[in-house]
Amino acid sequence: MKEILKMQNITKVYPNGIVANKRVNFSVNEGEIHALVGENGAGKTTLMKILFGLEQPEEGAIYLNGKKVSINSPFIAIKNGIGMVHQHFMLVPSLTVAENIVLGIEPRKRGFIDFKKAVEITEELAQKYNLKVDAKAVVRDLPVGMKQKVEILKALLRGAKILILDEPTAVLTPQETEELFEELLRLKEKGHTIIFISHKLREVKQISDRVTIMRHGKNVGVFKTSEVTEQDISKLMVGRDVVLKIEKTQHKPGEVVLEVKNLTWINEWGKPTLKNVSFSVRSGEILGVAGVEGNGQRELVEIITGLRKFDKGDLLLDGKIINNLSIKERRELGISYIPEDRMVYGVAAEASIAENLIADRFEKREFNHGILTNIRKIASFSKYLIEEFKIQCSSFNQKVKMLSGGNIQKVVVAREFSSGPKLLIADQPTRGIDVGATELIHKKIIELRDRGTAVLLISADLNEIMELSDTLIVMFGGEIVAYFDDLSKVTEEELGTYMLGLKKQSYEEIRRVLYA
Amino acid sequence: MKILEIIFSTSFGYAILRVTTPILFAALGAVISDKAGVINIALEGIMLMAALWGVIISAFTHSAWWGLVAAIVSGVLMSFILAYFSLNLKTDVILAGIALNLFSSGGTIFILYLVAHDKGISSSLKSEVLPQMTLPLVNKIPVIGPIFSGHNILTYIALLAVILVYVLLYRTPLGLRIRAVGENPDAADSVGIGVNKIRYIALLLSGILASFGGAYLSMGYVSWFSTNMTAGRGFIALAAEAMGKGTPLGTFFASLLFGFAGALANNLQSLRIPSEFIQMIPYIVTIIGLVIYSSSQVSRIKKVKEQ
Ligand SMILES: Nc1ncnc2c1ncn2[C@@H]1O[C@H](COP(=O)(O)OP(=O)(O)O)[C@@H](O)[C@H]1O
Ligand SMILES: [Mg+2]
Repeated sequence: MKEILKMQNITKVYPNGIVANKRVNFSVNEGEIHALVGENGAGKTTLMKILFGLEQPEEGAIYLNGKKVSINSPFIAIKNGIGMVHQHFMLVPSLTVAENIVLGIEPRKRGFIDFKKAVEITEELAQKYNLKVDAKAVVRDLPVGMKQKVEILKALLRGAKILILDEPTAVLTPQETEELFEELLRLKEKGHTIIFISHKLREVKQISDRVTIMRHGKNVGVFKTSEVTEQDISKLMVGRDVVLKIEKTQHKPGEVVLEVKNLTWINEWGKPTLKNVSFSVRSGEILGVAGVEGNGQRELVEIITGLRKFDKGDLLLDGKIINNLSIKERRELGISYIPEDRMVYGVAAEASIAENLIADRFEKREFNHGILTNIRKIASFSKYLIEEFKIQCSSFNQKVKMLSGGNIQKVVVAREFSSGPKLLIADQPTRGIDVGATELIHKKIIELRDRGTAVLLISADLNEIMELSDTLIVMFGGEIVAYFDDLSKVTEEELGTYMLGLKKQSYEEIRRVLYA
Repeated sequence: MKILEIIFSTSFGYAILRVTTPILFAALGAVISDKAGVINIALEGIMLMAALWGVIISAFTHSAWWGLVAAIVSGVLMSFILAYFSLNLKTDVILAGIALNLFSSGGTIFILYLVAHDKGISSSLKSEVLPQMTLPLVNKIPVIGPIFSGHNILTYIALLAVILVYVLLYRTPLGLRIRAVGENPDAADSVGIGVNKIRYIALLLSGILASFGGAYLSMGYVSWFSTNMTAGRGFIALAAEAMGKGTPLGTFFASLLFGFAGALANNLQSLRIPSEFIQMIPYIVTIIGLVIYSSSQVSRIKKVKEQ
């Protein structure tokens, strides 16, 4: 086997002082599917960004086919036959598939773009690699799986021999994942080399020839995939034996806390993104919302929390209508919220940890002396929460933006959980954070549940949603298409068929989620 | 009614095009830079500088064409400064734009004083004006002829520019890249398109268009330069671009609306209405236009929702 790529002694320090890669060696053979695994924050994406010229390493060298190369921009990477499909897609939503694919290398006729040729090129390429896309469709309207195909085609058209896929399956349903794997195998047959990033070990076992494991910015092992077990890999990834199961007791649901009735939402382009959605959440219960992103979950969450105004349907908390209450009034009634985008909606990054922790209660009497704030009280309160939620920081006066992702999320969680909520809305509560923080947050969510809070959990991570939820609804195309009251009876594959809209439960089955 | 008599005369139609021209140039400049994702708030200052240099150089060379060239060069220089500060030095583009506007407002007076020994007007300079064109055949058609024929050459170039900008943005590789950079710079970057390079080009094009507008003001609309003669047209152009939803054609119609208001203000000065009041008209129309535009957006969304 010929070595096609070697990265040697790569060290990367980000401006904020985080050492994302420490003297990493990474080598890939021609024509293999090479998995790169590691927990969130292990430095996988950073290493690949360096390879693709998006980040510059402090130290280290890259060799392609034995020759040293310096890759200081994506342009150079592309010229060297490297292509990358990013975790967050790099597409222009208002352009068509063909326009996105030829962007930067547009076919021309007398100086103008040859749109017909662009479509032809796209269709030919799609045919050749059996990646079915509609060349004339506008990218904004495409489902995630389709956007991914466009990204792969984009890289292939630019002559990518080495194709990097950064967590390609994170946004896919099990069925779409299978389809992607078939496509990857076909690419391998045609002589392409694939670097496949994932932290789903089952997929790694299934698709890869070799695997490189990263932990805390270091390479901690390279193996032939067939010679190691999932258990072996996960031990190296985490550095200890992992508890793959979340421990929790059987839930004891109480009264209905939140009731959503016939909620409909139509977006700016006239498309309904929520269609007559009705469900309820009971106290002492975690109701999971599964579904491919963009099937109405965001709108639903924003409407319940009050970020978005709506005019069709009803929201009831403890049986009282809260349709027109402000965000603050809703919070006062006991709604807590862990937002999907913590940097935008969760924290004020420039403010201190303490300021963030009291952001929802700074005007309460206990934190003030008359018109001045009670600094001592705020300090002791912050210290207590920092301790309780194991927030790693130098002091409560530290700016939140200096913290790592997991610790920033813990600040959000500490604030939202300590107000003793009746209803918690957790939107992707552990996205992009390390396993330690994830475990803690899961534990705290279950603690809240056991104290009688009603929890609405939205997550794109199938594993998380299956493990944490007591009951589950699936959303597709703005509708609830399935309800499960016993998760031990469902498989991921079965969920996938609902998430893709291939199957839908009967009206009566779905109605059960109203408990009426 | 005297007002209706004015509005329904061919000379009023002619006046609309005349008043629209500088706004249209600048608004098309705004379209290009906005599509690339940088707001060119310096249009006002760029126009003003261009108006001054057009007058000065045409006076020294006795050629309106060299004046036009000088105006364009000044526009390119100004937008280059804006691009350098905002793209290379990462200054906030709005702040850099405001700085350039203030610089132009004071700087033009200073230069005018040095060259023409006057702080108000360039009448001591024998500057040239760009030619007017009679359209053969068209000028024979009743009603149409008097409205469309006999304009300054730059008015026709402005109308042509609407089409050129459209073709540039939607039919050429550069246009596709400009739109991609404006909508998702990371996507453009990831396929090897230099985002800064494209934004430079967009800002320079935008500056060139604005400087045509400036040259028209001092070498066509009138035949002299006077202090702050742009009178907010660079900002009205930004409003026109917003109302036109950033499309060349929409921006053209929005500019015509402002041209209408300006022409109305000019004509009403013959009536016995206080001139301060009349001069407010174009600006009031700007505000009303924006209000109508945004409320129609809101109601459109509402209507769609009710279906
Ligand atoms: N642009 C950045 N600036 C600062 N720190 C970053 C940046 N990107 C990533 N990091 C940090 O570098 C570490 C490695 O991140 P990343 O390479 O994205 O990990 P992975 O892809 O394995 O999840 C993390 O601690 C992350 O917070
Ligand atoms: Mg990553």
